[in-house]
Amino acid sequence: MWNLRDKCAIAGIGYTKYSKSSGVTVLELATEACRNACDDAGIALDEVDGIISYNFGDSVPSMSVATALGLRNPQYVVEFASGGNAANLITLTATAVIDAGLARNVLCFRAMNGRSGFRLGGGRELAAHGVTQFTAPYGWITYPQAMAMWCRRHMIKYGTTKEQLGSIAITVREHALDNERAMVRKPLSMDDYMTARGIVDPFGLYDICLESDGACAALVTSAERAKDMRKPPVYIMGGAYGGGPNQGEDLFDAIRWPDLAENFTKYIADDLWRSAGVGPRDVDVAEIYDCFTYSIVMALEGLGFCKPGEGGAFAASGAIKRSGELPTNTHGGLLSEAYIHGFNHVIEAVEQLRGESGERQIPDAHIALTTAGAMTCGSAMVLRN
Amino acid sequence: MTVAKPRPVVDHLSAPFWAGCRDDRLLLQTCTQCGTPRFPPGPQCPKCGGETAKWIAASGRARVYSWIVVRHPIPAEIYAGDVPYVVALVELEEGVRMPTNIVDCAPEAVAAGMPLEVCFRDGGDGIRLPQFRPVSSR
Repeated sequence: MWNLRDKCAIAGIGYTKYSKSSGVTVLELATEACRNACDDAGIALDEVDGIISYNFGDSVPSMSVATALGLRNPQYVVEFASGGNAANLITLTATAVIDAGLARNVLCFRAMNGRSGFRLGGGRELAAHGVTQFTAPYGWITYPQAMAMWCRRHMIKYGTTKEQLGSIAITVREHALDNERAMVRKPLSMDDYMTARGIVDPFGLYDICLESDGACAALVTSAERAKDMRKPPVYIMGGAYGGGPNQGEDLFDAIRWPDLAENFTKYIADDLWRSAGVGPRDVDVAEIYDCFTYSIVMALEGLGFCKPGEGGAFAASGAIKRSGELPTNTHGGLLSEAYIHGFNHVIEAVEQLRGESGERQIPDAHIALTTAGAMTCGSAMVLRN
Repeated sequence: MTVAKPRPVVDHLSAPFWAGCRDDRLLLQTCTQCGTPRFPPGPQCPKCGGETAKWIAASGRARVYSWIVVRHPIPAEIYAGDVPYVVALVELEEGVRMPTNIVDCAPEAVAAGMPLEVCFRDGGDGIRLPQFRPVSSR
């Protein structure tokens, strides 16, 4: 179990504009977000000695960003070959790196031209190697197609409905309306949702996240150093990364996963809450990885906000609205703000805890949850101000 | 331009499986030590650690565990003529799950737990692809 409660903090955040076509290279996006995170923290680039990122071969190496920024003393500069499951993993790794003395001030980032460049939703390589030889030849290729299979299982097992999924899409969209960063700020009605074009049953257009160009970054440092920086520290209270047995060969492979009606969150929940010393009832604001509406259902259940099978009804009850008991994806999430592979959730959580969220601010937000990933493995953090 | 559908890249682990398919036989890698079948094939038994395995003919009977109906083709140049099509995870009688297509069945008629039987279709390049159809459709 991760055991560095409150020993590290996010001292700065940075991001670029989120768009369909950045018109610049991924290196420029990454550099801009990282520089902004340093400016936000008020730390000189010379003091940054670590960079950690993650990508699917669609971004730039951390090393290239260290070089572009002109870091004079880069120490721990690495990247994970990983998807959205790593959005919190890299931040937790930064805490371990700092605790071990491998680096002192670590930038974590995700940068991508996810719409104008490599489109993750466009499907994987069509040469069917490894486990893919048993999936791709059947026309089972894209992530929406993968997750729809999980969602159907939840519907079979628990009777979860399209309307319940629709309430999630609509709620998250409502939150985006008050977010100047959000790529989509047009109200969504249940009629819009139900009559949208079918993509892969049971998913229609609005069950599926956006595709975006953009970058996000956070500067992680020790709690002590963070106190002397420009912005109030956001402490990392708790964290976990992992999943259950039979995670498969890659993110797509759930052939052997025990139950497609539950994801990694069920398996990391105990460690997450124990590491943080708080429980689901203590969370003031939740930024849950929403590559699809359905992934929110599994996280609500897996992390104990409601019972197994009740995630759809919980969301449809209004509980995840800004006025509800668990304000969720207050920025609009991956569904309506942008798809920066889950790192934009960390940005939003930090802003909420600093009271910087303007019209979408949750009053008296002290504890925030962020999750990353939707399938057989993933990460989560509990943050506090 | 016609773009080919993805074809299995047969490897050392999967070769017996695809060889069986060429003879319209669905073979499952099975641990010689504890008798547990596994799919996809792997280098050792995840249950008992047994390092030897044999290939045993499955009954070909299965039930629907979950399914999707693909309506938006990706890539369009390959699948535009196929949509809507059904991809399913089916549970074989032997206890393993397998991705497949459900054929000879309207997408609307697919249901959880529906009994299926294997059939083999041309997958290109000499590959025979195991698919499943409703038991009653013969």
